[in-house]
Amino acid sequence: MIVALSVLAGALVAAGVYLLLGRHLVRMLFGLVLLSNAVNLMIFTAGGLDAHAPPLIAPDQRAPVAAVANALPQALILTAIVIGFALLTFMFILFYRGYQRLGTADTWRMRVAEPEALPADVHGAPHA
Amino acid sequence: MSNLPALPILVPFAAAALTLLFKRRQAARRFIFLGAAALHLIVCLVLLAAVMHRDLLVLHAGGWPAPFGIVLAADRLSALMLAVTGVLGMATALYAQGEMRPLDTGFCALFHVLLGGLSGAFLTGDLFNLYVWFEVMLMASFGLLIWGQSRAQLDGAIKYVVINLLATLLFLMGLALLYGLTGTLNMAHLYQKLQLHPAPGLVTAVALIFMAAFGIKAAMFPFFFWLPAAYHTPPIAISALMAGMLTKVGVYALLRTFSLVFCHDIALTHGLLLILALATMIVGVLGAAAQYEFRRILSFHIISQVGYMVLGLALWTPLALTGAVFYLAHHMIVKANLFLISGLCRDVTGTLDLDRMGGLYRRYPLVAALFFIPAFSLAGFPPLSGFWAKLLIIQAGLQAHQYGVVAAAVAVGFLTVYSMVKIWLAAFWKPQPATAAEPQPPVRLSAWKVAPVCALALITVAIGIGVEPVFQLASQAADQLMHPQHYVQAVLGDIVP
Repeated sequence: MIVALSVLAGALVAAGVYLLLGRHLVRMLFGLVLLSNAVNLMIFTAGGLDAHAPPLIAPDQRAPVAAVANALPQALILTAIVIGFALLTFMFILFYRGYQRLGTADTWRMRVAEPEALPADVHGAPHA
Repeated sequence: MSNLPALPILVPFAAAALTLLFKRRQAARRFIFLGAAALHLIVCLVLLAAVMHRDLLVLHAGGWPAPFGIVLAADRLSALMLAVTGVLGMATALYAQGEMRPLDTGFCALFHVLLGGLSGAFLTGDLFNLYVWFEVMLMASFGLLIWGQSRAQLDGAIKYVVINLLATLLFLMGLALLYGLTGTLNMAHLYQKLQLHPAPGLVTAVALIFMAAFGIKAAMFPFFFWLPAAYHTPPIAISALMAGMLTKVGVYALLRTFSLVFCHDIALTHGLLLILALATMIVGVLGAAAQYEFRRILSFHIISQVGYMVLGLALWTPLALTGAVFYLAHHMIVKANLFLISGLCRDVTGTLDLDRMGGLYRRYPLVAALFFIPAFSLAGFPPLSGFWAKLLIIQAGLQAHQYGVVAAAVAVGFLTVYSMVKIWLAAFWKPQPATAAEPQPPVRLSAWKVAPVCALALITVAIGIGVEPVFQLASQAADQLMHPQHYVQAVLGDIVP
């Protein structure tokens, strides 16, 4: 199980990085979504997978008697999911607004903040 | 146990929440905005005084013993960083009061959330908690960066957001692996566990992931491209706060983790940091030499100066770390001040393009004098604060017999002078270009804007002349970083690994 999940996380990271290397905003967005899920999976896997009982303590005990599952990785993932969700939502809106105002979704053509010194650069992108 | 370390976090968040209640009441909102910044400054200074007195303050949040709960730990480095945060928060809040009319609810709230996030990042003793504070800062900085939503801001923000998000994902990835290796995320506990770790190779691999993540945050070579794309686009007060604080949190995180957590293979990790620091210094200063926009020159200088700080960490001697801490504190004040001054220049000339500026020395001698102090402090002229910062780093390099490093540091210093002189000649010294039709009547500068600039300039001069107390503080902070046993003991109590 650990091997399968590790391979899956690795594949997701690879796909995410590949998409991020593209120039199109939508590809980058999906790349970041994949990466963020891959990282959550990594926390889950690295935190240790074991088929113990759920971490519940009987009313008359102060600590679990037998071995129980580690609840901490899930708490970490939950935090990361919530934060990741908020950031991705913000990014959706930012990218959409950027596309509207800048008129392109190609990051090589976004040269408003950093105008080119020459009429055309080596990539042949038109002068903004 | 004192609750004092929680206050620098609570005050800004309370202010942010309160602001939202006064959506319609401009005057009340302004009072909260400035009052909370002042209160935050006071709390940070009180904390600094307490830490100077008691060495180290630890707060176990909720009474949970470490490593199970979250720890807030204020040592000398944290307290110094917080004090500077308080000063910069106050200065930029005053400036924003002059620049942002009206002060918008959302702006006030985000500003204080950013201050709270910064304070949390400087105080926490838990790596996952550090991740959360990074995200808090990041979200606030996203909102502030696109404040006003000009096209240039959206363009810069897209690059800033993507690269910084990648950095936090790398950070989280490193956290996952580190937790898998050790089963803890408390930094003091990690120090104990990693000392005896059976697989140092794996720990080094994780250390490099952290180095990349914090390297992006700190705008180190080769990860710096987001910074000059974004920092010159937002309103002045916002870009000054970001320029002063955000990359420096990355440097702080590097200082903290590579002294407390990852110090098992100094030759490899700190050797790599040394190479990256040199490249950062040189590439940053050369990038600045090629620019003709006021704030973009300053942005590239942030990169080059971050190189000096990381250099201090990479040399890994007590004197070098002292230099790094001193440099950090000096640089935050000076750099934020330069961004604020660029705003004064824009107010009187209407542009930040050096080709179209000119004649400021003759027409606005006060602005020229105010620029002169931080600019030549940054360039390292005695007796200003930057001179001592550079001196410490160079002296540490000489003591460590790293003559190539010293040569590079001196050369980068000269190129920094070149850039500052370039701004001075273009904006202040040369006559106003003929394209500006006829001389306008002199612009009256807002006192809200001039006062913080004067205050920060005074601090720069004061640090330069009265260098001894700051040097002592930096030296003690470096000592705490190099010998973390006391920190570990204070956080963990008597837990054996």
